[in-house]
Amino acid sequence: MAGFIPHTAGEIDEMLAFLGLGTIGDLFDAIPESIRLANGDLRLPPGVSEPDVLQSIEDFAGKNIPVSSDLVCFAGGGAYDHDISSATKALASRSEFVTAYTPYQPEVAQGVLQALFEYQTLVSRLSGLPISNASLYDGASSLVEAINLGVAHKKNPVVWMSQGVNPSFRTVADTFADGTGHEIVTIPLSNGLTDWGSAGPQNPGVIVVGLPNYLGVVEDIPALIAFARQRDAAVVIVYDPVSVALLRSPGALGADVAVAEGQAFGVGLNFGGPYVGLFSTKSEYVRMLPGRLVGETVDRTGQKGYVTTLRTREQDIRREKASSNVCTNQTLIAITAAIQLSWLGKKGVTELAQRCYSGTQYLKGLLLGTGSPLTLTSDAPTVREFAVRTPIPPETVVERMINEGFLAGIPLNSGFDGSNIHGSLLVSVTEKRTSSEIERYADAIQRVVK
Amino acid sequence: MSEPENLLFTVDHEWVRVEGGTVIIGITDYAQEALGDIVFVQLPTPNDVVSANSTLSEVESTKSVSDIYAPVSGRVIKVNETLSTSPELMNSSPYGDGWIAVLEMSDEHELENLLTLEEYQKLIDN
Repeated sequence: MAGFIPHTAGEIDEMLAFLGLGTIGDLFDAIPESIRLANGDLRLPPGVSEPDVLQSIEDFAGKNIPVSSDLVCFAGGGAYDHDISSATKALASRSEFVTAYTPYQPEVAQGVLQALFEYQTLVSRLSGLPISNASLYDGASSLVEAINLGVAHKKNPVVWMSQGVNPSFRTVADTFADGTGHEIVTIPLSNGLTDWGSAGPQNPGVIVVGLPNYLGVVEDIPALIAFARQRDAAVVIVYDPVSVALLRSPGALGADVAVAEGQAFGVGLNFGGPYVGLFSTKSEYVRMLPGRLVGETVDRTGQKGYVTTLRTREQDIRREKASSNVCTNQTLIAITAAIQLSWLGKKGVTELAQRCYSGTQYLKGLLLGTGSPLTLTSDAPTVREFAVRTPIPPETVVERMINEGFLAGIPLNSGFDGSNIHGSLLVSVTEKRTSSEIERYADAIQRVVK
Repeated sequence: MSEPENLLFTVDHEWVRVEGGTVIIGITDYAQEALGDIVFVQLPTPNDVVSANSTLSEVESTKSVSDIYAPVSGRVIKVNETLSTSPELMNSSPYGDGWIAVLEMSDEHELENLLTLEEYQKLIDN
């Protein structure tokens, strides 16, 4: 089939005649003259040759220093510098995946539907919850949908949000709460752990906690689950899909919904997106699951096949009674994550988490020896990142470390106002960081903070 | 299938069988036919108090979701749990095993607002 099928002049004339119109311009009669662009009014500069265009774009891009061997990445905070296998890059860039547009007709899209089914299965294995959807846009919007499900189920719009949840996710949740009318209450951190005791006496409908939280700290989830059961609240766990390989899964711990940012699997940093939102829940909530869901079935000859299923959840059918208005997903990125997860396998994901943990522990040790100018904001156990206090502002540390060839970390301020975390630096070590890089980083940061 | 004789009906295609101070509720053959294969029934909660014309239950077929309305006001005293595992009973036996719930009426006069068999048959013939 040809790639592009244009209208011919003859076909255009035929269509205009059918409509009783003279020219294509007549199709835009409804647009008032006063707001139309006069011919040539786009004020474009004169045309430039291809090599000159490419050079000017290259110069513009050169103003960024990408994460590379010239800027070794120690920044995390929900998006991580992980290795992406060549196999993942090759398979995920196949045109059948990249160019397909809304490939959900079972008659022609069995390959994509099966790949999404495999993705759902892998997410359920990571989260420990049996039902996973075909993805959402990113971790933040997955959290919003988890809150929507919890509030709809418990019929209680009060949400207790741990301050340890990614501040960007919390901002997005606040934005949506403006429209839905949910009441989000932030529960502060103390020594890196959520201080649930400081929360008021009211019963929330939903409680949200990170695992590990944004500071890399492993929270006491069993205690939180017991507390939530007493208050009859739904528990949403925002997890790191790499760290959970070393922890009991959100499902095993008793979460009602588990959401995550899936960028860590096969997706580059990409200036913040596109990423992919993982969403999993218990079987009893399947009819409130947001977004797309791929199901496995048999056709009339008994052959296994895949379809999008339980469409009655979605807004176009359930209308004002839907618990969510999302009716899309992030197919290409989800398939990419599934490919990378298949490449890693269960053993590989565990080894990956182990190496992140080891690297982080090693760096922690180097940074906090006797006489070190740096201190930890929390002594609670961490997995793949931690927050340190520096004697000079963290933004200055980051600036100076760029000259040393490091992206030192993420300065923590907005979302942590009034806490001891405000003004600290979030540092993350992935499996890509060699011991030499870690040692050079430790040496450089202790120098630049003087 | 023809409607049983001793029932009252609503314009939304629910049927009602009066037994003392209670009513048994279901959907008519016309309704189940229009809905197609029913795959899920959201049963009302026992002990819930409902008012006439408020939503009592929700029925899902493969491509649609429909509200079932309470024909009269009252308290839900029994629900047909079998519909949780066998929603297709609403298609195969809408007046029998496919019943939805039993309500204890709070105002028997509301029965006067319902349609007789003749009135309902006239409605669906149009």
